[in-house]
Order: sequence, then C-alpha cells, then structure tokens
Amino acid sequence: MSPLLDIRGLDVDFDGRPAVRDVHLTLDRGEVLGLVGESGSGKSATALAVLGLLPGNAVTRGSVRLEGTELLGAGERELTRIRGSRVSMVFQDPLSAFTPVYRIGDQIAEAVRAHRDVGRERARERAVELLDLVGIPEPALRARAFPHEFSGGMRQRAMIAMALADDPDLILADEPTTALDVTIQAQILDVLRTARRETGAALLLVSHDLGVIAGMADRVAVMRDGRVVEQGPAREVFHRPREPYTRQLLAAVPRIDTPRRTARADGEPVLRVRGLTRTFPVLQGSVVRRRTGTVYAADGVDLDIRRGETLALVGESGSGKSTTLFELLELAQPEAGTVELFGQRPGTLTKAETRALRRRVQIVFQDPMASLDPRMPVGDIIAEPLRTQGAGKAVIGRRVPELLTRVGLDPAHADRYPHEFSGGQRQRIGIARALSVEPELLVLDEPVSALDVSVQAEVLDLLRRLKEELGLAYLFVSHDLAVVRNIADRVSVMYLGRTVEAGPVDEVFARPRHPYTQALLSAVPVPDPDRERERQGTRILLQGDPPSPTHRYDGCRFRARCPLYPTLAGDEQKRCAHEVPEFEGDGAACHFPRVREVL
Amino acid sequence: MPLYLAKRLGYYAVLLLAAVCLSYLLASLALDPRAYYEGRQPPLSPSAVDHHLTALGLNDHQPLRERFGHWADRALLHGDLGRTIDGTSVNAEFGRRIGVSLRLLLTGTVVGTVAGVLVGAWTAVRQYRFSDRAVTVASFALLSTPVFLLAILLKTGAIWFNQTTGTDLIQFTGEKSVGADGGFWAVLKDRSVHLLLPTVSVVLFTVAGYSRYQRSTMLDVLGSDYLRTARAKGLGRRAVLLRHGLRTALIPMSTYFSYGFLALFTGATFTETIFGWHGMGEWFVNSIGKNDVNSVVAVNIFAAVVVLLSGFLADLLHAALDPRIRQAS
Amino acid sequence: MSTLIEPPEAVAEAVTAAPTGRTALVLRRFLRNRSALFGAVLLLLLFLLAFAGPYLTPWSYDHIDYGALRSAPGPDHWWGTNRIGQDVFAQTVRGLQKSLVIGLLVAVLATGLASLVGACAGYFGGWTDRLLMFLVDLLLVFPAFLIIAIISPRLRSGGWFAFVALLAVFAWMITARVVRSMTLSLKEREFVRAARYMGVGPFRIIWRHVLPNVASFLIIDATIQVGGAVMSETALSYFGFGVQPPDVSLGTLIASGTGAAVTYPWMFFFAAGLLVVFVLAVNLVGDGLRDALDPTSKGARR
Repeated sequence: MSPLLDIRGLDVDFDGRPAVRDVHLTLDRGEVLGLVGESGSGKSATALAVLGLLPGNAVTRGSVRLEGTELLGAGERELTRIRGSRVSMVFQDPLSAFTPVYRIGDQIAEAVRAHRDVGRERARERAVELLDLVGIPEPALRARAFPHEFSGGMRQRAMIAMALADDPDLILADEPTTALDVTIQAQILDVLRTARRETGAALLLVSHDLGVIAGMADRVAVMRDGRVVEQGPAREVFHRPREPYTRQLLAAVPRIDTPRRTARADGEPVLRVRGLTRTFPVLQGSVVRRRTGTVYAADGVDLDIRRGETLALVGESGSGKSTTLFELLELAQPEAGTVELFGQRPGTLTKAETRALRRRVQIVFQDPMASLDPRMPVGDIIAEPLRTQGAGKAVIGRRVPELLTRVGLDPAHADRYPHEFSGGQRQRIGIARALSVEPELLVLDEPVSALDVSVQAEVLDLLRRLKEELGLAYLFVSHDLAVVRNIADRVSVMYLGRTVEAGPVDEVFARPRHPYTQALLSAVPVPDPDRERERQGTRILLQGDPPSPTHRYDGCRFRARCPLYPTLAGDEQKRCAHEVPEFEGDGAACHFPRVREVL
Repeated sequence: MPLYLAKRLGYYAVLLLAAVCLSYLLASLALDPRAYYEGRQPPLSPSAVDHHLTALGLNDHQPLRERFGHWADRALLHGDLGRTIDGTSVNAEFGRRIGVSLRLLLTGTVVGTVAGVLVGAWTAVRQYRFSDRAVTVASFALLSTPVFLLAILLKTGAIWFNQTTGTDLIQFTGEKSVGADGGFWAVLKDRSVHLLLPTVSVVLFTVAGYSRYQRSTMLDVLGSDYLRTARAKGLGRRAVLLRHGLRTALIPMSTYFSYGFLALFTGATFTETIFGWHGMGEWFVNSIGKNDVNSVVAVNIFAAVVVLLSGFLADLLHAALDPRIRQAS
Repeated sequence: MSTLIEPPEAVAEAVTAAPTGRTALVLRRFLRNRSALFGAVLLLLLFLLAFAGPYLTPWSYDHIDYGALRSAPGPDHWWGTNRIGQDVFAQTVRGLQKSLVIGLLVAVLATGLASLVGACAGYFGGWTDRLLMFLVDLLLVFPAFLIIAIISPRLRSGGWFAFVALLAVFAWMITARVVRSMTLSLKEREFVRAARYMGVGPFRIIWRHVLPNVASFLIIDATIQVGGAVMSETALSYFGFGVQPPDVSLGTLIASGTGAAVTYPWMFFFAAGLLVVFVLAVNLVGDGLRDALDPTSKGARR
C-alpha cells in the first residue's frame, strides 16, 4: 500500500539560500508524525511546501505525493482543490491567522463552501457544529464573534475547526500550541486528539517542543539545518537516539521532572513584598475619557528574595507577573501593600537615593530584539545605564569591552547594531547592559523564552555562572516550569493577580499543595513518550480560560476552574466562595490544601 | 457605536466653531477693506467710505470685539454671512458657487480614490514587475509636479490636440460654453466636455498619491498570515486577494482619505482658477485681492466644513471597515 | 538570516575601527546607495547652479535688455529673454536660489516642530496630549493655503523669512499626528521601558530612543515637506501671494511664463523643469537616507 503522503528529496531555497535539503518523509493514513527541530531547521518550510504555501521567493525541488498524486509543481487550480479539503493546515499564531474583519463563523463557513456546494445557511450551521466539536461553549453565539474577541486558546480551537471543515485526510499543524499557556496547550492538544478521532486524519505535527511531540507522535523526524538527521518510531528516537545531534537536543531540554540540589541561601533579604496591589482603570471615550471599570492586575502579591538566591515567579499570561515586575521597577509608592528593596521603601526616598537604588536593581527583558534599541550600536546600549549613573568617558571605555567579554562576546563588536547578532547573543547583550552598573538584584523577565533549547541552555549556564561570580540575586519571571526547575532555588506561583503558592522549588514541584499549581505542573509535557502517555490518563485539564481580571472575585478566585471545588461538601464550598484564602510565607493559599504528586 | 459617532460629531462641531471664529478674526486683522474703498476711482469722501464700511460691518473705527460680536450674532445665529464688498449677498454668491466647486471636488475624489486604490493594489500584487516600476516612476514624477503646472501642461496638450485635429473637441475654459443651449443632453455633453480636463488634473494627483499609500498597505497585507490561511483553506486567488487582501488593506486607507482631502481641496482651488471655473477657489483669490472680509470668511467656512465632513466620513468608513473599531466604543 | 552572514570586509572593518559613532556609520551606508548618491549629486549641482549661476552671466535678474525682447535662447542670452527683455537664465537661477532655500528651511522647521509636538504629546499623554492634539486639529481644519494667502500680504515687510515661518507653521500637523502615534507604540516597547527603569529622564528618552526610531519616517517626511514647501511657495507666488516682485522665485517665473508656454517655451520650461528636477532629487535623497538610517533595510547592505 502506498503511503498517504510521500515526500522525496525535497529541497526548498529562499532567494537562492537553502532552507530545506533532501528531505524524505512518509506518512501513513491515520498516523502522527512529529517533525521537530530548532528555529531555522526548515521544519515549517517543509510543511508549507506540501501545500505550495511558501512565499513567492521560495523555490522547491523534489517530489511531494499525496496518494500518488504529485503536488509539487501542480497547478494553482489543482492545489486549491486539495487545500482545505484533503489536506488542511493549522497555523501557529491564531490571531494573525484569521482575517480580522470577518466573523469567525463566516470564515469557517467560507472554508466549508470552498469545497462543498452548499448554501450559505447550511455552511453557517456546519461552522457552528464544528465549533461545538472543538469544545467552544455556546458555539452559535461565538460563531458571530470577530477574531479579536476570542482568547488565544479559543482562536486555536476555531482554527482546528476550520481545518476539519471538509473531513481532511491529512492535517498539517505548524507549531499549533507555541503561543499558548501550558494549561491551554494541554486543552488544545486534547482537541487535536479529538479531531483525529473524529476524522481519522493523519497528522504532521511540527513543533520545537520535544514534550509536545513525545505526547502526540507515533513517529518522529528530527531536523537540523534543513536536513532530516534522524527518523524513527517515537520511543526509539527519544530513548535510543542514534544521532549525536538528537542526543544533544534531548540533553539540552530542561526537564521538569528532574530534581536539582538547591540550597536555601541565608543572606540578608534583598526584596520583601507584601500584599502588592496594582489596578488599571478601563477607559472609554475619545474626547472625554471616563473610567468604566478596573483591571485588578496585581491584587495581593508576596515575594521574598535573599542575597545569592533565585526566586522564580511563575504563572500564565494575565496572571500579573509582568505587572508585578514593572511595579517593582517603577520604584514608586505602591497602590497598596509594601515593597522593601535592600531594606528601603521606594516612594519614601529622595531623588538621589532613588537613583542609587536604581543602580542596585536592573532588568533583562524577554525579547532581546525588542529590548535593544535597534538604532543604537551595542556599545552605546551597554553604556546607557553607566551614563545615567553619571559615569565618565574613561570608565565607559574600560567597562564596555570588559562587560562584552564577561558575557562571552567579542569586545570588538561594540559598534555593531543589535540585528547583526543572533538571538542568544542579543540576550547576552541585554545581560551585559544590566550588569554594567554592578547591580545586586537582577530582574529577569522571561529571559530565555524566545530562544531555542540549545541556546537556552547556554544562556542559563551564563546566568548561573554570573550569579556565582558576582553574588547576585535573581527574580526570574517565567511561564516555563521546566526552566524554572532548572535554575530557581525558590518558586512563587501566581494566579489572577495573587500569589497562590510559594516555597523551595523541589518542595513545590514534588509536593504541590494548591490545586492550581498541581494543574499547571500536570499540564507541562515531558520529553518522554512512555511517561507522557502514562500521564495523559491522569492529566488535570482545567476548563476554559482564566476569568477576566476586571472583576474582583469574592472568596477564592480559582474556584470556578478548580478541580477540587466540585468534590467539596456544601459548607466547604461556601467557605471557598466567601472567604479569601490567606497566604502566609511558604505554603498554599487554599482552604483545603492536599498534596498531590503530578510529575 | 452611534454614541461614538455622536461624540466625534460633537468634537467636530467645536472645532468648526473655533475655526470659523478664528478665521473671522484673522481675516479682519489681515485684510484692509478701507484701502479697497479709498482706492476707488473716482475717490470717495471719507464719510462715504465710513458709510460703506459700516454697512458691511467692517468699519475699523469700531473695536474688533464689537464687529466680531455683530458678525457672530448674524452669521452663527441667523446663518446670514453678510454682504460682499460690492454689496451683493454673500449667501447668494455662496449658493451660486458651491455647486461648481463640489462638482469638481466630488468627481475628482470619487474617481481618483477608486482608481488610486485599484492601481495601488494592482501594483502591490505585481511588485517589482515592469508595470509596478512604471507606475512608481510615473507617480513620483507626478507628485513632483505642482498642480497648476500639470493643469497648464494639460491645457497646452489640449490646444495642440485641437489644432492637430482641427476641432475644438476639448474645451478647457469655464464650466460651460457661453450661451450653450438645446436640451438636456446637449447641456450635459457640453458640461462633461468642460469637466474633462479639470477632472483629469485633479484625478491624476489623487491617483498618484493614493496609489502609493494603497500599494504599501497592500504589500503589508500580502505578507500576512491570514492570507496564507485563506489560501490554505482552498480559496481561489481572486477571492484571496480581493475578499481577504484588499478588504483588509483598505482599513488604514480611511485615515489617508481624510487627510488627502485637504490637499485635494487646495489642488482644486488652483484647478478652478486656471480653468476659469467660477467656483469657491476663484472667489477666494478675488476676495483677497479686494480685501473682502465677509467673502473670505465664507470660503473658509466652506473649506472647514468640507474638511470636517470628510474627516467624519473617514471615521464612518473606518468604523464600517473595521469591526475592532466598532466594538472598541 | 542573511543579515547574520557578514561579508569579509565588513568584519575586517569592525575589528580595526574603534567604536564609531552612529553618524559615521549612517554616512558610510548612505554613500553606498547609488540612487541616493545620484539625488545628492543632483541636489548639489542645483545648489551650485543657484549660487554660482549669477556670477556666470553678465546679466542680472532685474536688468532689462530693451534690445532683446522675447529673444530665443542664443549665445547672448543663453536661455533667452522674457517679454520685457529680462535674461531668463539670470532670472531662473535667482528664482531657484529662493525656492531652494525656502524649501529646505520650511522642511527643517516644520519637521522639527512636528517631532517635538508629536513626541511630547505621545510620550507624556494626558492633558499635554489632549491640548496639543486640539491645536493640531484646529490648524488642520483651516486649509493652510487659505490662511497663508490671507496673512502673507501683512507679512510682506517681514521679508521672505516671515513667509518661510508661515509656510512652516501650517505644514507640521499631519507629521505630528503620525509621530505621536508612533511614540505611543514606542513608549510600550521594551527598550524604552528598559531606559526608563535605568532612570533615564523623559526628554533624554525622547531624544535618544524615540526620535531616532521615528527618524526614518521623519526623514522621508522632511523630503516630502521640501517638495511640498517648494510647491506651496510656487503656488502661492503663482497667485501673487508669495515672493514679491522685483524678486523672483520659480513660482513667479512659471506664473509669468504660463501664458507664453506654447509660443515662447523657454520662458516657462526652464523654471518648470528645474522645479520638477529639484523635487525629484530631494525624494531620492530621502529614500537613500531612510535606508541608511534603518539598519535592517536591504538597500543599505547592497
């Protein structure tokens, strides 16, 4: 029997530069093939080449056959017939993947009508059925919404619904969960499994996340620099990788289930936050602005960091991590609660004292490209904090090369612009800038999320080394729990603006007490097909999206999604509904904390 | 949504009021109607000059505050814009000329905008091909040429055309032939022939400007993920480009439409004057020469209303095109 | 990722050169761009013509040669004479001088004003923003041409600089709006946040981070402004509101030559041609500067 999809000797060039080289892949009916690799490895280009969706500057050679029919070089008309009907596609970023001006339901109906001769009304009904299938509540109502009214997870569900419109034989999913939070990622992967069950379609799953691949794929192909370096059944590739690159890749992935020895530092407190609150007004009107609501972005945050310690602040998007961070860095009087930095209270200080305090706290941002002024040579970028602190030309001239060397860059590159560096190098520049004024507390806002795993490992190593050498304290904000386990000494978990659990990292990860922490940890995939399959049965799937922070909830704000809540007795539920669970030092802000091991 | 538009409208009304008052004050300060009467032949006696000026409400012996008060009372509360310096009614003159100007402005805008959008979208799809480069060069050259220069060139071209063909097919002076008559169709034909050159000169500019903008917004959209999605679900090329591409690329254009109207208005002023149309532009140029404050203010009001109206229409268009705007308010 | 692949000579440069300032880098990139260079050379030649031209010809722009009325271009009068016997070359060169200076000055003033107002409105927000934007809207409602036409006769005594200021005052609003909205989004960008958390003051942030990042827009806009200003000047002069006789500008020359465009083309086409060439040259330079300032642009690497 011939395979469903047969890719032979595929080459893709962009403007003459090779992106994909001599790729051979086959996919049988109903099979899941995981295509894994780092950015620039050519995995997305391979998937796009199947449907002829590459941009105009791409040239393809070789052969792509769908049940014997050659797709490469097929006419636009032929391809149009196959796209969305026999082969459909799920893209990464669901916000930009929907046309912003049409309703979700109409866009799905359009996909239905592209291949089936049905009336407008019938197509709309079908769209609603599909939305129902992928688990969107009130599908008839939500079909009338515009893309911007959907959350990221909902949009990805709608995207999958669209891909299912004409019962495809093959679904190509290009990083379908990359932009999503882990609990939402778990939901979407579940939807993809449902979709496969319903249609019996084969799935080509492109991802950089080995955990996701481990949980989904029957077979795995590893790509590097445009070539497939290893291909085989998932268990074999993960457990007995043949190629050194695969081994290296697997070794670089931080694992959430590997304990690390951490020592509680007993240095003096660097940062102490109690009950930090920050609200934003919701404004409306263009001429006369009125306050029509309030976003409770941070609403009771507690943090403790001592010298030489790394505290990880974790939570999903919208949990208030970034708000907390920026609130600390403003060095202003908080709206409510207290902040103590090195024993001083920001907001009560003189200008000179504030400036001195600024020197001691520096930040490294998530996106190294966005946080470096693209119009400034890196030498100037690194020198900026020094200048602000009033350093002279001589000091700057000495410090800049020194700093570049310290973070592992060539000091001769000081007059280059940020875009001339790779992602990892840029992040090193960001770190060098932060270190230039010899801070004592470094705030790291998702410093490695934008990086590939191998680069991630290098930057994490650098951070670890610098901490030892310079005796720094880190406030490490991240949504990636595997990275957190890898670098942090202590961890603090946030949900909807509040701290819900904190403690030493091994304690919290091994014996989580708050149901939210448990769900979060359980949603993180591990790069091990056997363990992943085992965990799938017991995975805690949270329902829906986090509620809106424009509402101030009575009682426990997690209870609407809490897996524990429905199992509680009536008076216990009443307590959750009316009494805010208090958070004290290490522990969980839950009325009924029960340890549950999820890793 | 209606609330949002009502608010915009309110804001525009405030702007309009401020603009009108300011333009009266500016015109009163800068123009000197007394000089106009004093320069008359045969000379008028000082008391006769005063008499004329007082009748117009422009006597500079009266404090500006009082003159403005009277004018505002009459114009803003009763809609009477006063008399021209020659003693005729400004309102009547306004009514006579507004049609002439609007005809040119509206045809120019509508034809120019539609053509500009289409040309822009087309060149974007054919980026770097010969047609794109040719259009690019042509629009750069056009945008480097002043409106009136183009008008003169067109006129020269028309003269040459008429001379070589030995006809006077292309009319380029005035909005209609003197004493033209003979039924609806004849009049319509006569007017269209006169409309041709002025419209072409206004349209060419509009097309050159808008097609540049449309090309760049369309290029942004062409590389977007949602066009790829549209292709991935199996839509034909035409549906992808028009229904998803151009439709979305039009959104940022609505902002340009409102600003573009300003330039268009100025351009039309020249065009009118050069082609001998008795419209608002010509009136304005003449009034300044005569130090005719009331007429100048009337033209300013017209301009401000037209600009604000186009701004409001652009708001409407933006809201109609973009659901995100509709729901944000 | 072609941007990561350095041509060998660039690497060599980077190693030998001590940290160079931004200005030098921009200049180097600009000089590598051929069409920009062409525009710059063209502009330079125009300036040369405008300022050296008067010394090349024995005629002065206001001298009347009664022996040569409407004479065609020839060895005596290179570009011919006009209907009262003035030398067209001398006049055109003089007019070009005026138009060049007016165009460049207006563009610089208007762009400066626009970036200041736009960046402040965007960065500070609140009442500063609302007040400035009302001012912008108000000025936008007045068709600039009308107001300039009304006021300019009054400013005649102030000379041409007053005229320049007037043109500039009515040319900055749309730019300011764009700068404002760009500033609004820049303000949320991480590198601006980074600077803020380092304690850099607001005006310093505007100067070092906001303005350089809107620079490519400002440059392009300034070039459009040069063209626009020259055209406004020309148009106003054409209607008699701008440069006053006996002085001349390209506009007054075109205006007076119009009637004779067909019969005596030399009275008209030299001035008109130079005007178009000037505006085009400025556009080319603007394009090149944008590429030079934007480190990611392809043009600069070529």
